[in-house]
Amino acid sequence: MTTEVSAIDSVPTEEFEHHDAVEIQIFGFWVYLMSDLILFSALFATFAVVRNNYAGGPTPKELFDLRYLFGETMFLLFSSAACGFTMLAVHGDRKKLALVWLAITFLLGLGFVLMEINEFHGMVLDGSGPQRSAFLSAFFTLVGTHGTHVTFGLIWMAVMIGQVIVKGLTTPVRSRLMRLSMFWHFLDVVWIGIFTIVYMMGVI
Amino acid sequence: MDFNVLGKLSLSAIPYDKPIVITAVSGATLLALVILGLITYYRKWTYLYKEWLTSLDHKRIGIMYIILALVMLLRGFSDAILMRSQQSLAVDTMPGILGAAHGYLPPQHFDQIFSAHGTIMIIFMAMPFLIGLMNIAMPQQIGARDVAFPFMNAVSLWMTTAAALLVMISLGVGEFSKAGWSGYTPLSEKQFSPGTGVDYWIWAFQIAGAASLMTGINFLTTIIKMRAPGMKFMRMPLFVWTTLFTNVLMIWAFPVITVTTGLLALDRYLGMHFFTNTMGGDMTMYVNLFWIWGHPEVYILILPAFGIYSEVVATFSGKRLFGYTSLVLATAVIMILSFSVWLHHFFTMGASPSVNLFFSIATMMIAIPTGVKIFNWLFTMYRGRIRFTTPMYWTLGFITAFSIGGATGVLLSLPPADFVLHNSLFLIAHFHNVLIPGALFGFFAGYYYWFPKATGFRLKESWGKLAFWCWMIGFYLAFIPLYVLGFMGMPRRMEHYANPDWQPYLIIAAGGTAVILLGIILQGVQLVVSIKERDSLRDLTGDPWDGRTLEWATASPPAEYNFAKIPVVRAIDAFTDMKEQGTAYQRPDRYEDIELPKNAPHGFIIGLLSFVLGFALVWYIWWLAILSFLSLIATVIARSLDDDTHHIISAEEVERIENERYEQLASAAQRRPAGEEPFPELVPEV
Amino acid sequence: MNQARIESAGASTGSLKSYLTGFILAIVLTLIPFALVMSGVVSPAAALAGIFIAAIVQILVHLHYFLHLDTSSEARWNLMAALFTLLILALFVGGTLWIMYNLRFRMG
Repeated sequence: MTTEVSAIDSVPTEEFEHHDAVEIQIFGFWVYLMSDLILFSALFATFAVVRNNYAGGPTPKELFDLRYLFGETMFLLFSSAACGFTMLAVHGDRKKLALVWLAITFLLGLGFVLMEINEFHGMVLDGSGPQRSAFLSAFFTLVGTHGTHVTFGLIWMAVMIGQVIVKGLTTPVRSRLMRLSMFWHFLDVVWIGIFTIVYMMGVI
Repeated sequence: MDFNVLGKLSLSAIPYDKPIVITAVSGATLLALVILGLITYYRKWTYLYKEWLTSLDHKRIGIMYIILALVMLLRGFSDAILMRSQQSLAVDTMPGILGAAHGYLPPQHFDQIFSAHGTIMIIFMAMPFLIGLMNIAMPQQIGARDVAFPFMNAVSLWMTTAAALLVMISLGVGEFSKAGWSGYTPLSEKQFSPGTGVDYWIWAFQIAGAASLMTGINFLTTIIKMRAPGMKFMRMPLFVWTTLFTNVLMIWAFPVITVTTGLLALDRYLGMHFFTNTMGGDMTMYVNLFWIWGHPEVYILILPAFGIYSEVVATFSGKRLFGYTSLVLATAVIMILSFSVWLHHFFTMGASPSVNLFFSIATMMIAIPTGVKIFNWLFTMYRGRIRFTTPMYWTLGFITAFSIGGATGVLLSLPPADFVLHNSLFLIAHFHNVLIPGALFGFFAGYYYWFPKATGFRLKESWGKLAFWCWMIGFYLAFIPLYVLGFMGMPRRMEHYANPDWQPYLIIAAGGTAVILLGIILQGVQLVVSIKERDSLRDLTGDPWDGRTLEWATASPPAEYNFAKIPVVRAIDAFTDMKEQGTAYQRPDRYEDIELPKNAPHGFIIGLLSFVLGFALVWYIWWLAILSFLSLIATVIARSLDDDTHHIISAEEVERIENERYEQLASAAQRRPAGEEPFPELVPEV
Repeated sequence: MNQARIESAGASTGSLKSYLTGFILAIVLTLIPFALVMSGVVSPAAALAGIFIAAIVQILVHLHYFLHLDTSSEARWNLMAALFTLLILALFVGGTLWIMYNLRFRMG
């Protein structure tokens, strides 16, 4: 595997002296997302192994409401789309529009999290909490880890809304927003895996 | 529910009634107080804070990692001394002493010792050592000024230190895990390990694991994105290649241990049922998940050593590395295969022959590229002008001893053999055989090799060679008997045993430990003497060994920016090429301003808060855990709000620093009589 | 602001058209599995196959339209990292399933 460094002799020294910080940050963050994918895959693998270990307790068919799931999925998907429109505004240098879309992204994401907290809360009150069986431990942990990631994303988003308002769309702010949007889309990708493997496979 | 502001913590956590522990704790505490006292007396706190604790410079961070590694080596080795002496005494036919039924250590204590020994040596000695060496050498070898994420580099350092501190403090406050460095369930579950031990182990792993993951991302990005112009992949030094592959292993394996210990924590703290033996839990799944990380981890430990050996062999044979391409490919194959062999750690857990066979064959395959590398190193030495410096000693010791360890690994990779030898002392001998002469000798070689680059003066050769012989002889004395004991049927981790035939071998092994202890003492003496005599050991040119790679082009120690002008690379062994072209010390026509990260305290603060968080979680001090966690987030946010994170070294300042260097180079040249070689062989000092 | 710089920064930016295309495709690829499972018109095996195919395709849609993953030179390293991750993921998950189900069968 070789990578040509273009025109070594003809480009002035200064170009090489200053490696593109944004490119480096984006790539580093992508690598982090890959490691997070491995983290989730370990949780998925664990879930797959114990998914039928109900210990005489509740099963997916008894627990999962696909209509509710559809609602959660739509919140997250629309939030992802809103995030895309946010980045269009950012790259178009439109600060106010970016803030509007960022706020929409946030609210839709918040909707997802609130729906999920409500779902978990109901299950715990019903005695179907994570202590009930290995299946439920794995369910709560896998889905909960995703939800925790989304929550951290929301906190990050709130901080970014503040940074955009106070500093404007400076290069560091743009770079952070790019990484946040990568994070956000990545979480929607993981959610596809969750609703397919955890919920749908559970009730088929 | 009662609210206790100190959670489970109380004065009874301190083991007053255990004399050996209290002695160790008192000694360590006294030593710590002496060091803190000396720093205060010599008024060095400001210097320490400004130049080291807040530094984002990869060279400084690397040195601090190595200091951590060496300190933890002493602690981990103390555990080894305790274990070897216990086992040499603890045959059932002899009465125990100091209140113990056998030997002098009660089982509860012995179990903590072997658990701490493994955890410390792997996570807190070997990892920091190799990360420290990668920090110091790799950016310079690729012609870069720093790593991709200098701030994250500091965070990794301080989080690793925090985790090490958690393990250290467990000696005096509560207890450490008794479930081995691997923490198998169900023993590590709450039901069977109700104390704080496993919790200390879990949080130390989690914090250090997160730090290592960040390092992996950091170094991988650095190598991919920040190489000097002309530094194509196939022109990179072998150490950079092994750094690359090691960091790939770190990135793609560490998330799994985060999950594994995380799930165990959920079982312990929230009563979940991942690995419990009821309610649907699957205890064997822990073993599977642990080793998915565990196997890549041991390759993380060995690959950097392979890289160091490559550098050392080429430099001290005065020859280009033989078979560069095959070395790179072989290392790549080792890296990929190491992700696919993990079941060989649990052949005996009950999987079918076809499952065991798949992993057995994959394991045996790894021996092939490893063998390729050994031959390449030998062919590099063949017909070379070999200089027997200390790094070369460690390398030669490695080649012979490691081959034995590798061979015993191939033996163990056969399930029928493994069924007899699993968890016997044969296994212990095997992995120490690959870790000590393999990884540790490599780190020592790197430490000697790059010491002048990092500090500006060499280590005295004579002490180094003596220390090497102690390690080499001591290693064989300590571990060859263990191979024999494995064949004789002795299991691992035994606090006492009935078979008196085993004792002679254990006594020899304890003798070996004493010889290694002498080696360590000699290394300590070497360090002290070299510091005292550093003026006569100065590396004035930056290139004490007639090196072949770019790190030897910088001053020793380098300026903060490493290179005043980023070099343009035209060949493998870039520095040798520059020396041959006459461009090695060329003055640039003009200097530019150089922008570098400013120092920042946030990394240190994050480390500190991680320690508090870990401690609070161990002792169930929930308010403190929440507070420190929120503070962690606040610190990260605060850092992100800071726009003033870089400082500029003006072109004039760069010119001044470089002029000083050129003067030093000129005076070094003048010191050599005319007609002598530019870089004379190192003659062993008297 | 240096738009060109950011575009060459290894993460190409999308256009309105590509985001909308991705969004519509994603919605359709979500509706399909929900419909398959909730309506009960197909056999369980067919539904299973259907939801998996829809999931894989939707993930690819997200990776391409939202995460800008393609074979262009800017995305080259990202693509390599993603493919490597897929390999390791398959190894870890596949290996785990093989081992754990084998153990469960033999060891009860």
